[in-house]
Amino acid sequence: MKAVDNLLGKVRPAFEKGGKLEKYWPMYDALETFAFVPDHTTKTGAHVRDAIDMKRTMFLVILAMVPALLFGVYNLGYQHFAAMGVDATFLEMALFGFGKLIPLIIVSYGVGLGIEFIFCIKKGHAIYEGFLVSGMLIPLIMPVDVPLWMVGVATAFSVIFVKEVFGGTGMNILNVALTARAFIFFAYPTEMSGNKVWISTTGDRTPVDGYTGETLLGQAVEKGAAFTDVTGQAYASAADSFMASFIGLIPGSIGETSALAILIGAAMLIFTGVASWRIILWGILGGAVMGFIFNLIGPAYFPENLYLQVPWWQQLVMGGFLFGVVFMATDPVSAAQTTRGKVIYGFLIGLLGILIRVVNPAYPEGIMMAILFMNVMAPTVDHYVVQGNINKRLKRFKTVKAA
Amino acid sequence: MSTETLEKEAVQDVAVPKEPLFSAKNKRLLTDPLDDDNPITVQVLGICSALAITVQVQQAVVMSLSVVFVMLFGNMIISVFRNVIPSRIRIIVQLVVVAALVILVNEILKAFLPDISERLSVFVGLIITNCIIMGRFEAFAMGNKVFPSALDGIGNAMGYAWILVAVAVAREVFGSGAISFPGVGQIKFVPEGFFEFGYMNNNLMILPPMALIVVGIIIWVQRARNRKLIEEN
Repeated sequence: MKAVDNLLGKVRPAFEKGGKLEKYWPMYDALETFAFVPDHTTKTGAHVRDAIDMKRTMFLVILAMVPALLFGVYNLGYQHFAAMGVDATFLEMALFGFGKLIPLIIVSYGVGLGIEFIFCIKKGHAIYEGFLVSGMLIPLIMPVDVPLWMVGVATAFSVIFVKEVFGGTGMNILNVALTARAFIFFAYPTEMSGNKVWISTTGDRTPVDGYTGETLLGQAVEKGAAFTDVTGQAYASAADSFMASFIGLIPGSIGETSALAILIGAAMLIFTGVASWRIILWGILGGAVMGFIFNLIGPAYFPENLYLQVPWWQQLVMGGFLFGVVFMATDPVSAAQTTRGKVIYGFLIGLLGILIRVVNPAYPEGIMMAILFMNVMAPTVDHYVVQGNINKRLKRFKTVKAA
Repeated sequence: MSTETLEKEAVQDVAVPKEPLFSAKNKRLLTDPLDDDNPITVQVLGICSALAITVQVQQAVVMSLSVVFVMLFGNMIISVFRNVIPSRIRIIVQLVVVAALVILVNEILKAFLPDISERLSVFVGLIITNCIIMGRFEAFAMGNKVFPSALDGIGNAMGYAWILVAVAVAREVFGSGAISFPGVGQIKFVPEGFFEFGYMNNNLMILPPMALIVVGIIIWVQRARNRKLIEEN
């Protein structure tokens, strides 16, 4: 650490005002504050500052993603070798997974940070770390074999049009990572939906008999709760398929399969106070309520649509529902800001996520649409919460005056 | 911006009775709407058709030509009658003029370009409600002589047209890997090798939201070049 400090101190004059590389000060600043807690002191106004700055916050979010990431890496290998009917050791699976994931991470960070640097140097303001989290989230919500150039295009699109044109970090109107996914979903649908993309089948091995590659979301559209695993074997009981998706040994986007790993992350986020527990809790509740309503009305009114009969507790663990609610919906910038607003926002995300997923089979990953939609609606929710409070106080004021 | 020019013009008409046909002022009537006073990117009018019919270049070109025709003759007709139109019913008179012209255009398209006319469907009819046209009638043709009105009509219609065609080119090239001209049809020019290499047409480009973003990019470039256009707040 001392050596890094010395090095940074030595090159500092070149970047300061009047130095040769003055233009690149934001870049230097970003590196310095990344390594060390900044020693700036406040000059005017409030002097009380949080001990934890944005870089440390972002770092906590990344730490919380690590369980999901590591499990995703293992699951990539597991699904691949299971689909091919090959016995493999833990190490082989993990290596296979890393081989698939690391290029995605490099592309997403490379493109995203590159654009961020260019904008910061052009505008001459400090580089913020918002993209550290987005850049890690993007690979985790991609299918395994998505072409790298698509990830690059999607990242560039979402960083520029959702974040930079609105003023950079802290100003994004939507969740950046989710926009990148939605971009690929609409622009290149064959790479982002269907049965072929969720398990890597490239290479010289061929899949076993009965292999379909469908995710549980895909299966539920046709067969309801009668789930099968990768090789086409039916799960013995509903509890079995629940456990499989809770642990996460099912096909899906890279980081979202394991409810367990995501819940560990959620616990870290809630414990450190980085994410709002209200959004997470009410999001899950909203999904459960919608799933429960479907369970109630499904058999009686829509017997031909088996998706409605998927038990509500199973709805919560399959697909990207939990991942979205924990890591995407809680984005502090695009979420609702007021306490009651967060409750409404979270609840509606869960509700709409399950609603879209079940009612419209063309959008199997309803939670993506639900979060983006509620991102757009969040300011409206806040507006009405604030107005409601103002009206309540006005009324109280009037009654006091009258009495 | 537009209403200001109107007032100045009225004053100068009295002071300078005769001026050259293409004076600097008249030339600006033609060129201003192309860039600094563009009806779509600066005044933000006529956005609806820019989103709806820019999937293919051929439709955009035909639509643009229709608007140029309606705008030019509409402005001239209104300008001719500007002193006899009672101001209380002027909107109705303007509507009758634009409706007559649009019906004319629509019938011609149906007769000579049936397939494009089919694809444009209601949007030719909707030229009637195009805010640019009514806006120019109100803001310019009602207060100016025939020749400047004609120039203003062409200028504004061309300002609309080039944005429409530019958006359509971007959308068709990236969305369908092709480019089309009226009467020629669509020409796919992205070589097969590209697709084998993994290239894919961007489906989002065909969907309307992307038209909005392409228009947004044009606005962005325009304001980066000309900082006067940026609003204060």
